[in-house]
Amino acid sequence: MATEFRLPELGENIQAGDVVKLLISPGDKVNQDQAVLELETDKATIEVPSSVSGTVKQVLVKTGEKLKIGQVIFTVESSGATAAVAPPSTTSAAAEPQSNAAPAPAPAKAAPIKAEENAATARAVAPPVENPVSAGEGSPAGPSGLAPAAPSVRRVARETGVDINLVPGTGPGGRISAEDVMHYARDIIRGKPAAGGAPSAAPLPDFRKWGEVEAQPMSNIRRKTAEHLAQAWSNIPQVTQYDKADITELEELRKRYASRAEKAGGKLTVTAIALKVVAAALQVFPQFAASVDAARNEIVYKKYSHIGVAVDTDRGLLVPVVRDVAKKNIIQLSSELAQLAEKARNKKLGLEEMEGGVFTITNLGGIGGTAFSPIVNYPEVAILGLSRSQKEPVYLDGQFAPRLMLPLSLSYDHRLIDGADAARFLRWVAEAIEQPFLLPLQG
Amino acid sequence: MSEQTPETQLVVIGAGPGGYAAAFLAADMGMQVTLVDPEVNPGGVCLYRGCIPSKALLHVAKLVAESHLAAEWGIKYAEPKIDLEKLRGWKNSVVSKLTGGLGLLSKQRSVRYVQGTAGFLDSHTLSVKSKAGGEEKLSFEHAIIATGSRPAMIPGAPEKSARVLDSTSALDLANVPKTLLVVGGGYIGLELGTVYTALGTKVSVVEMTDGLMPGADRDLVNVLAKRLEKEFQSVMLKTKVVEMKETEKGIRVKFEGESAASSQTYDKVLISTGRKPNSAIPGLEKTKVVVGSGGFIQVNLQRQTADPSIYAIGDVAGEPMLAHKASHEGRAAVEAIAGHKVAFEPRAIPAVIFTDPEIAWCGLTETQAQTENRPVKVAKFPWAASGRALTLGRTDGLTKLLIDPATERVLGVGIAGVGAGDLIAEGVLAIEMAALASDVELTIHPHPTLSETVMQAAEVFFGTSTDFYRPKKK
Repeated sequence: MATEFRLPELGENIQAGDVVKLLISPGDKVNQDQAVLELETDKATIEVPSSVSGTVKQVLVKTGEKLKIGQVIFTVESSGATAAVAPPSTTSAAAEPQSNAAPAPAPAKAAPIKAEENAATARAVAPPVENPVSAGEGSPAGPSGLAPAAPSVRRVARETGVDINLVPGTGPGGRISAEDVMHYARDIIRGKPAAGGAPSAAPLPDFRKWGEVEAQPMSNIRRKTAEHLAQAWSNIPQVTQYDKADITELEELRKRYASRAEKAGGKLTVTAIALKVVAAALQVFPQFAASVDAARNEIVYKKYSHIGVAVDTDRGLLVPVVRDVAKKNIIQLSSELAQLAEKARNKKLGLEEMEGGVFTITNLGGIGGTAFSPIVNYPEVAILGLSRSQKEPVYLDGQFAPRLMLPLSLSYDHRLIDGADAARFLRWVAEAIEQPFLLPLQG
Repeated sequence: MSEQTPETQLVVIGAGPGGYAAAFLAADMGMQVTLVDPEVNPGGVCLYRGCIPSKALLHVAKLVAESHLAAEWGIKYAEPKIDLEKLRGWKNSVVSKLTGGLGLLSKQRSVRYVQGTAGFLDSHTLSVKSKAGGEEKLSFEHAIIATGSRPAMIPGAPEKSARVLDSTSALDLANVPKTLLVVGGGYIGLELGTVYTALGTKVSVVEMTDGLMPGADRDLVNVLAKRLEKEFQSVMLKTKVVEMKETEKGIRVKFEGESAASSQTYDKVLISTGRKPNSAIPGLEKTKVVVGSGGFIQVNLQRQTADPSIYAIGDVAGEPMLAHKASHEGRAAVEAIAGHKVAFEPRAIPAVIFTDPEIAWCGLTETQAQTENRPVKVAKFPWAASGRALTLGRTDGLTKLLIDPATERVLGVGIAGVGAGDLIAEGVLAIEMAALASDVELTIHPHPTLSETVMQAAEVFFGTSTDFYRPKKK
């Protein structure tokens, strides 16, 4: 009787592995506990011992193949030993898997996964399954948004496992050639972040194993945010400096002049004041409004004072840019800021209104929190975060006094900015907020 | 359980252009294939009651129309006498030659052809009823559903009347009615209307929307509409049929809408309001196949259904319901079953209406560009400037390219005029190859042919057409 040997449980969290080396071939005698193959898991390379004895009849896996727990590795003509685990097989189950028996990627959404394969029927290799589209969808549509590549090139891409839509084309009109696809694939294999595409993340586990899930497409804003921040995170060695500003007096002033700002259609907020303070600080510390041109080994200093302000909208994070902050007074800034935030929330913000910033301010104080580390908004080199101000006991003139303290966090690009400069910059900002007179005095 | 169930690697249900293309490719790739269809030979609707017989008759219609046109060139023929039986015989001979050929090709490829019908018992077993009698269980590794579609009927039509036709009975050519109302101004209605006009019937068309050929670009349709207004007795747009009653004299039809008398009697009425997918396959509920909106079977890019062992292609798997789409889907499905990494992802599926003149288009249409708010540049070459069109006496034509302003890539092609259906193939290739307008412009086209109009349209885009002076705006 033929007995199957299946890949046994190898340990916690090991679901699969690649066959590094096969230690048996058809005709070999195999004994229980004898090593039959070397399997490379994401933890270590393991020798897999046999739980059966007998003569190897058929080997159903190949070197390089990915194996899942429970997959049949070989069959033996049993010498009457320990075939307790293996279910009986039919002869038709011995179909040789095809050479491209790569693991089927994420199974179709609509098709429920079969946890176990039916051992009784011979199964051909499952073709790569993609998300099912509903009938007719996509077929009659024109070429909208489709990569400019000939059908033969598209096929090469599919066979190589490359998403044609990510391949940069070198031909006229951005046409993609078969060579472009191969170059792109080679770059991925070499681990270079291929042009045009983000470095690929490790594949996700199948979450449905643990409960109900729902997949939703990323919105454009979300996708852009993800790309942009991932790029900033991987390119910029960043450090965050923390500080606090005593805004007790500023708060008095803010309340006193709030009505003036309201008349101008704005709101005298801490953010509006911070805009003015930062613009002044950037003139004292110009490297905080610079960019690093790594390709040319240059530092680009910007002589203008456009500053971005992060706005939370129901569609995600948007950063409109206030122009020429240094040339405007706080009342002007507060009304302009109110307009931009309104536009951002009503989807009326133009692309050009989100470009050209030299520095970004992000204020989470309205929501809460004591401090956070914002991510530098590439290609800028620094970003100022504001958290919620709180009354704190501060030792002043020989006694503790309740003071309103505003937590500040400054993340900066350490390639360009040294820690000491960052500390000086943030101290300058804190002091300017504490003593508004410093602004006309020094700024 | 002693009953031995025969096995097949692949069973294809339905032997239309999708089904037989799939079965033949699978056999060529070394699979063991069973093909099930109720007809004697492969062919399906397309060959038996669709594309092929209608094109045979349209060829006759064109001949009749040209013989009339010849009078203008000094050649006069007598009015044609139509021997309906002989015409029918010729049409049938074309059909049987083609379907017989397919039967032979199945045998040569060792495809097991079963004349009969099939129903599912589970995800790996079919029950096949043979027409010769007998029923067998057939177990399969993979199945491809290619059951096609059937003409849709409108509610309230006298169903069993010999005076009410669908595309199938219209092609039977039982007789030549004096008057015919075509309900639905789509391609089937207009093609068959053209055939009956040539045979001497007074044809009227009624269409619910505001134009013939809904979905096609108006400038192309206008070329055809101008001619059809002369050929047909009437074209009623924005008009609905609200009632049909059979009387002794014919079918009395009540209309509601803009351009129609309230009621009229016709010898015959042809219903051509669309087609419905044949997805009511017995036992389908015993598989995991999902039937979605409109009765189409849901499939992924490989044309695999929610049941991993079952695929679906052609009309039953979604719009557009076109033979050439079905056959390409069939090939993709078979390659996927064989484990190849493929997908059905055409950039352009050509659509052709074989009237006189023909209309053909592929890729992006102007209508679609407008709805998607997609910027395109449109370059049009009127056939009045084509030497070849003049020599044919048919300057009623238009070739246009839709071009992406940023990359100058050809995104869509539309042609109206004689032979447009053959000319469009170049447009499909251009779009699939991601050709730029300059690629089309720089490709030498034979002179004097209608194919030059495609190149000339590209020249118009650059403002440098030799034959059509339309300088680029500065």
